Amino acid sequence: MEKNKDLTEWQDKVLAKSLARFPERRKRFTNHGGDEIPLLALPEEIDDQYVRQLGFPGSYPYTRGVQPTMYRGRLWTMRQNAGFSSAAESNKRYRYLLEQGTTGLSVAFDLPTQIGYDSDHPMSLGEVGKVGVAIDSLADMEMLFDQIPLDSVSTSMTINSPAIVLLAMYVAVAEKQGVAPQKLQGTIQNDVLKEYVARGTYIFPPQPSLRLITNIFQWCGENTPSFNTISISGYHIREAGSTAVQEVAFTLANGITYVQTALDAGLELDVFARRLAFFFNASSDLLEEVAKFRAARRLWARLMKEKFGAKNPASCMLRFHTQTAGNTLTAQQIDNNIVRVTLQALAAVLGGTQSLHTNSRDEALSLPTEDSVRTALRTQQIIAHESGVTDTVDPLAGSYFIEQLTDRIEREAVELIDKIEKAGGVVAAIEDGFIQRQIENAAYEYQKEIESGERMIVGVNSFQITEESRPPTLRVDPEVETMQVAALSQLKKTRNHDKVQNSLKELDQAARTDANLFAYVLAAVKEYATLGEICDVLRQVFGEYKQH
Amino acid sequence: MHNNDSPFRVLIGKPGLDGHDRGAKFIARALRDDGFEVIYTGIRRTPEEIVAAAIQEDVAAIGLSSLSGAHLRLFPAVVEALRKAGVNDIAVLGGGVIPEEDIRQLKEAGIAEVFTPGTPLEVILEAFRNACRQHREIHQP
Amino acid sequence: MRNDLNALLEGLHNRDARSIARAISLVENDHEAAEVILTSLDQQNVRSSQVLGITGSPGVGKSTLTSSLVRHLRSQGKRVGIVAVDPSSSITGGALLGDRVRMMGHALDSDVVVRSMATRGRLGGLCAAAGAAVRIMAASGCSPVIIETVGVGQSEMDIIRLADLTLMVLAPGLGDEIQAMKAGILEVADLLVVNKTDCVGAETLSMDLEAALRGRKNACQSRVFKTVATTGQGIDELAIAIDELDAICRSSGEHDRRRHSSLELEIVDWAVELLKPRLLAELQETAYPAEPRQTARKLLARLCPLMIDT
Repeated sequence: MEKNKDLTEWQDKVLAKSLARFPERRKRFTNHGGDEIPLLALPEEIDDQYVRQLGFPGSYPYTRGVQPTMYRGRLWTMRQNAGFSSAAESNKRYRYLLEQGTTGLSVAFDLPTQIGYDSDHPMSLGEVGKVGVAIDSLADMEMLFDQIPLDSVSTSMTINSPAIVLLAMYVAVAEKQGVAPQKLQGTIQNDVLKEYVARGTYIFPPQPSLRLITNIFQWCGENTPSFNTISISGYHIREAGSTAVQEVAFTLANGITYVQTALDAGLELDVFARRLAFFFNASSDLLEEVAKFRAARRLWARLMKEKFGAKNPASCMLRFHTQTAGNTLTAQQIDNNIVRVTLQALAAVLGGTQSLHTNSRDEALSLPTEDSVRTALRTQQIIAHESGVTDTVDPLAGSYFIEQLTDRIEREAVELIDKIEKAGGVVAAIEDGFIQRQIENAAYEYQKEIESGERMIVGVNSFQITEESRPPTLRVDPEVETMQVAALSQLKKTRNHDKVQNSLKELDQAARTDANLFAYVLAAVKEYATLGEICDVLRQVFGEYKQH
Repeated sequence: MHNNDSPFRVLIGKPGLDGHDRGAKFIARALRDDGFEVIYTGIRRTPEEIVAAAIQEDVAAIGLSSLSGAHLRLFPAVVEALRKAGVNDIAVLGGGVIPEEDIRQLKEAGIAEVFTPGTPLEVILEAFRNACRQHREIHQP
Repeated sequence: MRNDLNALLEGLHNRDARSIARAISLVENDHEAAEVILTSLDQQNVRSSQVLGITGSPGVGKSTLTSSLVRHLRSQGKRVGIVAVDPSSSITGGALLGDRVRMMGHALDSDVVVRSMATRGRLGGLCAAAGAAVRIMAASGCSPVIIETVGVGQSEMDIIRLADLTLMVLAPGLGDEIQAMKAGILEVADLLVVNKTDCVGAETLSMDLEAALRGRKNACQSRVFKTVATTGQGIDELAIAIDELDAICRSSGEHDRRRHSSLELEIVDWAVELLKPRLLAELQETAYPAEPRQTARKLLARLCPLMIDT
């Protein structure tokens, strides 16, 4: 039979190159009976429709995946988010996770840190160390990564508005370890647009925030080529109650805004675009989620090529991290959550994620225990090594339902993105409240369905039991706040006051021009200026965002 | 509608730094659908701001939401701010990610009702109705 | 009860926040103490206060503009009142009053008195209630008192007539500027404000509006004010223009004329409100003919013997 031209080209050019760099994990992939599992299942006839809509993995439009061999070459990164209370405690948890086999670290920060307040600020009372680690200065960051070699771990930091400060701290810690910035791997979330509509940890208004983001793009483009400078997030938008289509549409619309802002600042598309990463939610409707991931990949590829004229294939690749849906976890019959997370993780894997965080069963109640975290990690490992779904690429392709759903999600997302463009873009839509209203309405409808019983949640509005006493929840030591405040006071005594003030003054002056602020922030951070002090300087210059 | 009288007035707000307002917004809407007049004050409010607004709007009850674990400090702080302002007839109800162990402590601090995740909407609405009826009793016996 | 009422009146006199809030509720709910409260108000303050109406479609940034204007007024040491009116659901009777969110920056300032008011599906009685809230705030020393409302329904449009001066706020890109002109809402506005002038389309909108204004008679102003409420840009000039216009209106007698007219509006509204329950009660008790006008005349004749046959 005559071999298809596109297929041959893909095999010779794309696949071969990939195999040379990343050989497959095994010489052969077989099932228990010894049958060979193909790398890629294909239709009998590869027609234009197939090539246009699906294509081949690692090749435009990337519907079937961003790498040619996907998990046959390398499994997704098992990256469990962690971090709470003090830097010392978090450091212990990280070293535990690394021992247990995680391949990447993911840092969660407490709310004061995320909003640029020091632990001794009045607004921080009661919040220090609660939802993540408290970082007030470089000293805390040094403790956080104590004995963790930054040249061999990949670190993802869930930080947005003050991302420039935390990244500078990370670079400074690496420097002290003797690790050059070029070696650093990881991601900063750095996605401020979604904060205004879904997550709420904004500091400055949109325009100056976009400036900071482009500063980071630029500095990292030159100094940390292996570091992802943004994780354009749909996860929180979905958590806020949006539909799958809205998650794709609003996330990609934000992506478009970041790309345009960077281009307007004079950066080169094919240089920064390959370092854009995404972060999606893996919710409970398994089939819809798989279709969603595929639709998002295809749509982003098309946008980058057709709207922005990307030349480098890497610029069109939507690489993403996934987290299983926190808002589906129940406080009732918490073992059920293990099942939910498993199905959601499976959706993410079938959808081709590059990195995955699985929630722990007790997270509806509070921060997870060590046991629960381990089970969550094992969930990923069982899918990876026991289920067989990683032995072939994009296994659900060709399913009538999946392909129709993929097409529909792409189509509806395009409509929504167009609406936003017509309204003047994302920032205008945020000012107007359009995006917030869309999410609110979807959230309201969903909740009403649960309340009426139309949508069944097992254990909550159906199949309830009389709950026994709950397992002990992990409590954050209330002493954390006291210790953090004391440490701050001590820090301010031992550091060089004049140097700190000078560095802050230089930052202030630079912020009033259109200079790249990264170097100024790095200088301040090295003198142990606190996060709050640095952010206050920027607040003075940029103002603070007020919710509409 | 509640009865032939005017609608009940309540205030819904989020004290502290937590920005996840999906639950608070849902409760605000649900209360509206149940005939309440709801003053929604948004996220990132201090206890003092919430109380000042509640007094100006002459509400019968305040609903607080917290998902960041700071409820043990923030909810009682609202009760305290009411007390400082000389107000003792506005009920404070709270909901969010609150472990059962904390409920007793919150109630002792003066929180009238605490709603944990999964509490049916009707239970929450009835609690607000009760609080408002009691308030009305005091002022229009 | 008498003691409580005395305490309330005392509190009003002392500008106590809780007393002001309680007083507004009592009057809005037509409590028996309503008249006592209203007649106790400092009429001098009420007369000399400035009542400003701010209206516009949802999404133009009214509340943000109001908040920004308040900041300016406070910097001049003025005590400000705001009545923010939002529609109630006609089905459930409830309301989501969200204007407060944008005012929260002033929450701890005791010289910014804010009240969120729902329309409660009233066709009548809203002017009475809103008017009373304005009076209570004015009596406590607030000037200006700002009435903020969405200018869509008939009842909302009526409220604006309670104001001495009205600002109409528009913004580009919302596609309804033509609608506003067609609906004649421009007739109501003394000052036109184009907000969000940092957005595309602001210039065109301003020019269109200026052109429309030039064709109007009774135009005190033919200038359109441009603001960016989120940054405060243009607010100072707007505030100056408001004061200038207020001065012109007071010296020309226009202010008094409008006050007289809004007073009539309030009186008629109260009269209807007070009459309505009686009318409804009468309707329940008697059998009435099918023709509504005839029935109405008969009812009024029974209730108001002084009314001559119309």
